[in-house]
Amino acid sequence: MSLKLGVPSKGRLMEKTFSWFEKRGITLSRSESEREYAGKVDGIDGVSLVLMSAGEIPRDLASGRIHLGVTGTDLVQEKLPRWEQQVEEVSPLGFGQADLIIATPACWVDVDTLDDLDAVAAAFRKTHGHRLRIATKYHRLVREFLSDAGVSDFTLVDSQGATEGTVMNETAEAIADITSTGETLRANHLKILSDGLILKSQATLWRSRISKYSAAEKQVLTDLLDRLG
Amino acid sequence: MPNRSQIQARSAAMRLRFEAAGARVVDPPLLQPAETLLDLYGEDIRARAYVTSDALRGEQMLRPDFTLPVVQMHMNEGAEPARYTYSGEVFRRQEHDPDRANEYIQVGYEVFDRDDPAGADAEVFSLFAMQLRGLPLRAATGDIGILTAAVQGLRTTDRRKAALMRHLWRPRRFRTLLDRFAGRKPEPEHRAGLLDAKDPMAYEMPMVGKRRASEIEARIQALREDRETPPISDTELAGLESLLAVRETIPFALEQLRDVAVDLPQITPALDRLERRIAALQARGVDVEKLDFEAAYGRTSMEYYDGFVFGFYAEGRPDLPPIATGGRYDALTRQLGKGAEIPAVGGVLRPDLMLEIEGVA
Repeated sequence: MSLKLGVPSKGRLMEKTFSWFEKRGITLSRSESEREYAGKVDGIDGVSLVLMSAGEIPRDLASGRIHLGVTGTDLVQEKLPRWEQQVEEVSPLGFGQADLIIATPACWVDVDTLDDLDAVAAAFRKTHGHRLRIATKYHRLVREFLSDAGVSDFTLVDSQGATEGTVMNETAEAIADITSTGETLRANHLKILSDGLILKSQATLWRSRISKYSAAEKQVLTDLLDRLG
Repeated sequence: MPNRSQIQARSAAMRLRFEAAGARVVDPPLLQPAETLLDLYGEDIRARAYVTSDALRGEQMLRPDFTLPVVQMHMNEGAEPARYTYSGEVFRRQEHDPDRANEYIQVGYEVFDRDDPAGADAEVFSLFAMQLRGLPLRAATGDIGILTAAVQGLRTTDRRKAALMRHLWRPRRFRTLLDRFAGRKPEPEHRAGLLDAKDPMAYEMPMVGKRRASEIEARIQALREDRETPPISDTELAGLESLLAVRETIPFALEQLRDVAVDLPQITPALDRLERRIAALQARGVDVEKLDFEAAYGRTSMEYYDGFVFGFYAEGRPDLPPIATGGRYDALTRQLGKGAEIPAVGGVLRPDLMLEIEGVA
């Protein structure tokens, strides 16, 4: 048996994760065929690489199917209730930075804070006969954030992609999504609320608190964490 | 832990007692239309209730409580006055505490009666106290109607009162609004700039979204008017603060609230109702000298109650949720009654928790 490390299977996130480990003397690579989601680990014994979708890594950490995994803080906190008890942060990796934020149309000059959003939501409901819709895929995080801030009269509508476009299409009045440069928001005539930062996310290496470790695996983990530290 | 048949047996016995008090047994469906619940509780309900759906009826929720279906049933077909009892499972999603049950049995009793609200309040409370007799419990009572009356009688604009009323159940947000309306908190910087601008709508951004320019203008106008509104007076603010701080046995609480009414005379009718309730409780044999009253009780957890509220808590077991809770919800019947309304009061008990503290293994 070996220690299982889950890494996003595609794109920049995978490449940057590979080079982060490379700098620490551990070479991760995809196996010969690009189609096969299996990987190779050189530079340390007893670790096996599992390539998978970044969105599935939190769940596999929580179920204990993998011991270590690289994914964003946003996905861990959205997908895992009581995430601190299921996973432990080993190290932030310094890339994949993105903020989960609340944004409204830039033309809402009267709206700058969550308080404004709440007041507008009340008036909007009266005028339009339905709650102010906020498009997002981060349902748990957004609902908890808004409830905690005392925002009422909103409803979350699910949007798994192109969330910024929902306002222009009038399927939502505001959005909650991740942004790194804010460019897409501006292109869609949206602005971030001044107190609308829900979470700062970045790619992070996590350790599962649920996985079982054999004595050998425990030793490998200690060695690995030493190398990464 | 008590097993299911023990809990069922206890519920049946409790329901019989409610029947003996004149209640008719009702049995609402497990699946409730999600829309009505969402309308009532807002987005929060999604975190608390299990949602399912089909192509025909759309989103449905596993009932998170009985109050809503019982009120709906009564408003559609009920004769007056009416008393109902029920028992059965309710379902609550749990995302934070794995020790809390996500499915448990409630036994309930609801009274719809126009003639004697104080008597109905006392009837429900004393029947609950009887069901719970002998258990080591502490009763808490309160009255949301006093706070409501205080807010609605403030000498300020309807707009400000409506904003405060909307957040009555969110103490932190309520406090922020109150501080702002009392001039104790400076206007947010962005807002000052906006309201001072000659023409805040003169900008280059394209209008996007369903909220129209006229709505934005209307809000700016409202904010400008609000800025000219004199602050809520220190007297009224101090009155609200001392009202919310009242925490005493009920006869002393009434006395303190009468003092508060010197600054907030608008609460006097609500205090007269409290006084009649105390008399009705006493007439039913409740030892009011020992009964606790907290003016702020029920503000965070009992959103649709708008008058008398109560709860029974296990002494020395802060880990347990309340064993029984209830209250008056006149406004809910108005909201669901499509024009009709009727004063209503009721509550639910948890037979599983009762057995647990009795030590049934």
